[in-house]
Amino acid sequence: MSAPSTIERATDLPSLAVRNLNKAFGGVQAVRDVSFDLAEGELLALIGPNGAGKSTCFNMLNGQIPADSGSVRLAGEELLGYAPAEIWRRGVGRTFQITATFPSMTVAENVAMVLMSQQRELFSFFRSATHRHRDRAMELLDLVGMTGQADRPCGVLSYGDLKRVELAVALGNTPRVLLMDEPTAGMAPRERLELMGLAARLVGDLGISVLFTEHDMDIVFGHADRIIVLSRGALIAEGNAEQIRNDPLVLKTYLGEGQIYGQAED
Amino acid sequence: MGVYLVQFLTGLASASALFLAASGLSIIFGVTRVVNFAHGSFYMLGAYFGFSFVQMVGGGAIGFWVALLLAAVAVGLVGLLVELVILRRLYKAPELFQLIATFGVILIVQDAALWAWGAEDLLGPRAPGLTGIVRIMGTPMPVYDLVLIAVGPLVLLALWLLFNRTRWGVLVRAATEDREMVGALGVNQSLLFTGVFVLGSMLAGLGGAIQLPKGGADLLMDFGILAEVFVVTVVGGMGSIFGAFLAAVLISQLNTFGILIWPGGTLVLMFILMAVILIVRPTGLLGRPETVGHKAAAGFEQALRPAGPHYKLFVGGLLACLAAAPVFVDEFQLVLITDIMVLALFATSLHFLMSTGGLVSFGHAAFYGGGAYTAALLVTYAASPFELALLLAPLGAGMLALVIGWFCVRLSGVYFAMLTLAFAQVAWSVAFQWSEVTNGDDGLLGIWPSLWASGTQVFYYLALVFCVGGIFLIRRVVFAPFGYGLRATRDSTLRAAAIGIDIKRQQLMAFVFAGAMAGLAGGLFAFSKGSVFPDEMSIPRSFDALLMVLLGGVESLSGPFVGAAAFTYLHDELITFEYWRLLVGSTIVALVLLFPQGLAGAAKHHLGRFLKLEADPEAAAPSPRRKAREA
Amino acid sequence: MLSVEKIHSYYGQAHILSDVSLALAPGEIVVLIGRNGAGKSTTIKSIMGMVKVTEGQIRFGGDDLMGEPPHRIAQRGIGYVPEERRVFTRLTVLENLEAGRQPARGGAPHWQAEDLFALFPNLAEARHRLAGTLSGGEQQMLTIARTLMGNPGCILLDEPSEGLAPVVVEQIIEVIKQIKTQGLPILLSEQNLYFASLVSDRAYVIETGRIRFSGTMQELQENAEIRRQYLAV
Repeated sequence: MSAPSTIERATDLPSLAVRNLNKAFGGVQAVRDVSFDLAEGELLALIGPNGAGKSTCFNMLNGQIPADSGSVRLAGEELLGYAPAEIWRRGVGRTFQITATFPSMTVAENVAMVLMSQQRELFSFFRSATHRHRDRAMELLDLVGMTGQADRPCGVLSYGDLKRVELAVALGNTPRVLLMDEPTAGMAPRERLELMGLAARLVGDLGISVLFTEHDMDIVFGHADRIIVLSRGALIAEGNAEQIRNDPLVLKTYLGEGQIYGQAED
Repeated sequence: MGVYLVQFLTGLASASALFLAASGLSIIFGVTRVVNFAHGSFYMLGAYFGFSFVQMVGGGAIGFWVALLLAAVAVGLVGLLVELVILRRLYKAPELFQLIATFGVILIVQDAALWAWGAEDLLGPRAPGLTGIVRIMGTPMPVYDLVLIAVGPLVLLALWLLFNRTRWGVLVRAATEDREMVGALGVNQSLLFTGVFVLGSMLAGLGGAIQLPKGGADLLMDFGILAEVFVVTVVGGMGSIFGAFLAAVLISQLNTFGILIWPGGTLVLMFILMAVILIVRPTGLLGRPETVGHKAAAGFEQALRPAGPHYKLFVGGLLACLAAAPVFVDEFQLVLITDIMVLALFATSLHFLMSTGGLVSFGHAAFYGGGAYTAALLVTYAASPFELALLLAPLGAGMLALVIGWFCVRLSGVYFAMLTLAFAQVAWSVAFQWSEVTNGDDGLLGIWPSLWASGTQVFYYLALVFCVGGIFLIRRVVFAPFGYGLRATRDSTLRAAAIGIDIKRQQLMAFVFAGAMAGLAGGLFAFSKGSVFPDEMSIPRSFDALLMVLLGGVESLSGPFVGAAAFTYLHDELITFEYWRLLVGSTIVALVLLFPQGLAGAAKHHLGRFLKLEADPEAAAPSPRRKAREA
Repeated sequence: MLSVEKIHSYYGQAHILSDVSLALAPGEIVVLIGRNGAGKSTTIKSIMGMVKVTEGQIRFGGDDLMGEPPHRIAQRGIGYVPEERRVFTRLTVLENLEAGRQPARGGAPHWQAEDLFALFPNLAEARHRLAGTLSGGEQQMLTIARTLMGNPGCILLDEPSEGLAPVVVEQIIEVIKQIKTQGLPILLSEQNLYFASLVSDRAYVIETGRIRFSGTMQELQENAEIRRQYLAV
């Protein structure tokens, strides 16, 4: 382990440095010259209209689709060109907009699956996996408050609980950067705030940097340390809640007249 | 020069029939999501109907073409019947059952054609007025080929107009993407499905009819064209009519020029081409990636649970019975039980792939036969001892699975299924055609076990040990980290990739493992019968395995055993009839329609919870009290 | 004109809706509100015949809709706008509208593609583009337009604001108000109380497959207990 050098680097480098990311699909420039930094321990929100390129950005960051050009560095190390599995091993975790768990496995098995993958045990043919890594899985489930349902199949959980399981799964390999795609989509207002509060607390405790997309402006303005705005594939604004809320271009392309957010203040 | 040009034109001519058949398959699949395995049978029927209609009305030039169109219409009516009677009831059933049902149709059509037209190959009638030959740069070329060349593009144009310029075409394209939504917009889905199925059937029938003057009609056409059509669809890109046309031309050219360059190697060339295209473009030449979401469940999402207490008792009892069997039954029955055990291992290996991996293979017999041939070839050419040959059988099959699987795992869902079937057909062709080595259809004989194991009883125990051992090994793997990882790739590829699981590698290993286990079964089979024939690799044998899994129910790991027993019984009962395929086919169709969960699945559905055959998921967990103690 | 009485619905073995009753009168916008998994979409799909309804009664105008397949229900005049948009991505905008076209029936407003392009100017510019290349907001507009092409007598609008940018949601509010001026009643399913309050006349609160509250939007706004208990705000 070269722990000292990692720590040293971490202090002067951003967790994730994205530079001039480009992607075109059949002539349509989906992402154009996107550059931003994600500082260590930061909660950075990426917002923008549907089809602005947020998902494409995410998919390039975790290697699901190849970028046409650009650079993504995790604590100085280039990530572009690696397969999703390798990028995950290097410390970029991800949660999905629509929950993606293994419905035929129990909650604990879902988390244990991550640990088996992390410890490269997936080609072990003979030992039993039924209770493998159970203790560590329970610890992770404890972090998100799901130990009580550890032995229920994921297929029967409520939506909010699935989101928690996903969070535990994402924390399974102690990532340095966590990408969260609309983490609170489809949840009731109070659940949204709870989940985001939980995520914020965990990343604070564990020193993880988070990049998330979100359409709920109350979540964005309430939880993000900083906000970047994507429109038609390019970044059009960057700043704190106050700056974004008053940016005329952002108002025009995304926020509108402010009719439908800000209820939390009522 | 002229030779090459004529060769090129001949390639274009044979592309037409292939394109018609492939476009029909593509259109049917697009809307109904059913891969119509009976499509080859429709093609064959087109040829047979064409033959008869030409005899009836085909005196003049007009009569000939009317006869071919009538043949297409007749096949369309057969398609209508199949859709109304069988498929319409199965659209909501898991894919597997639809495929098995269409396989039943293949068998029924085979015997119906045998009954109506006899076993002799029929020589196609020549097209009146088009029997002549033109010389192109000095090289002769049949005029009829020039007509065929025109048919493909004409049909392509007609289809394009139909799909882009008519309301019906718009609805069909919409339904291809999201058929439930089309229904919710007020369009009668059933009518649309029926219409599409009839159109697709007619195209296949027309394809079979127009090649009549060149190729005639015979009873082996169905599987022959089916494999080619699958290759065309996979290479061209599923759902793309233009892609099907391009691929049909490409493959026909390869075939015609391949014969000049490397006679006998055309199959190999075809698959090299396919491999190259799939590596460069996994979705085929003009195919789009499968759209995710809104698609019907595959039907394997049920969780496998570790054995419950009663299940263990049940298995123990069964084992005791099997061990004691030689005391109670006669030799004939002992051979029968040996067969069942071998088939059960074969079926279990496929079941593992399907249920744990979600990978439905339609060519699993390639590995069963692969194992059998490995053993037989070793004995015949290397004079290797029985023990070594038996142990190397799974190795040989595993290596074959490694090669085939390497291509197949690049695809998913029905594409995967189609490719496995096409590869199995190649494996069969090699065994069938390479007679210098495999002795072709006459098979390899004299593959007997060593003297110590040649008694029926001893061999029975040997098979018992290997088959039960194999099945337990498979079960063990299901609950090992490997099996969990495989199940993860089945449950959610998105999540599996996101937690660092290499999906293709996991699936390839599963494919190789399942292939090796099928190979072990094949090896045992070879030694129990003393011979191997290409039949062991054929598509019908692959379907036997699917049928056993189906009979036993896809959701229980013990199902294949039940399935193998039921299959053997059915097979032995029916094989004595002259038209046994008709009976088997009808039985399959009836079973699928009556028990869409499989026999064991249906029984388990009613008895399973009551008898505690599987561990209760809630009970398998540590009790709260125990948890408290641990804490 | 649309009345649902005491229906029970199932997904396979799972009992999803119990005893759900609701009604929709001409020209009114009614919201079915509840959190994710409460049964909103299932209620809408039950009305559309896309989910198995075992008991109860569903009537529209004079017609009994119970047990009818979805296409019949659509032909009777129920327009369905699904959640997650579900446009036909590989068809052009015009072809999407064509797929939704159904003959006009008595009483309902009669829509032509050009009327809809006037209502949705963005779509007019994109009429020959593939729907898959549209932005999320444009796709949402297209699904609504596509349903209107069926000349429905009422509209079921399933979670129209979910996952859309605030500026798009504002446009959808405008569209809903426009449709209302045509006298078309709308049953809206929604989790966002604030959005619902901007457009709806009445509300039903649904939780674990049962209707827990029914009243005017005003009454719901004043009932803090219901809002806290079932809507988690």
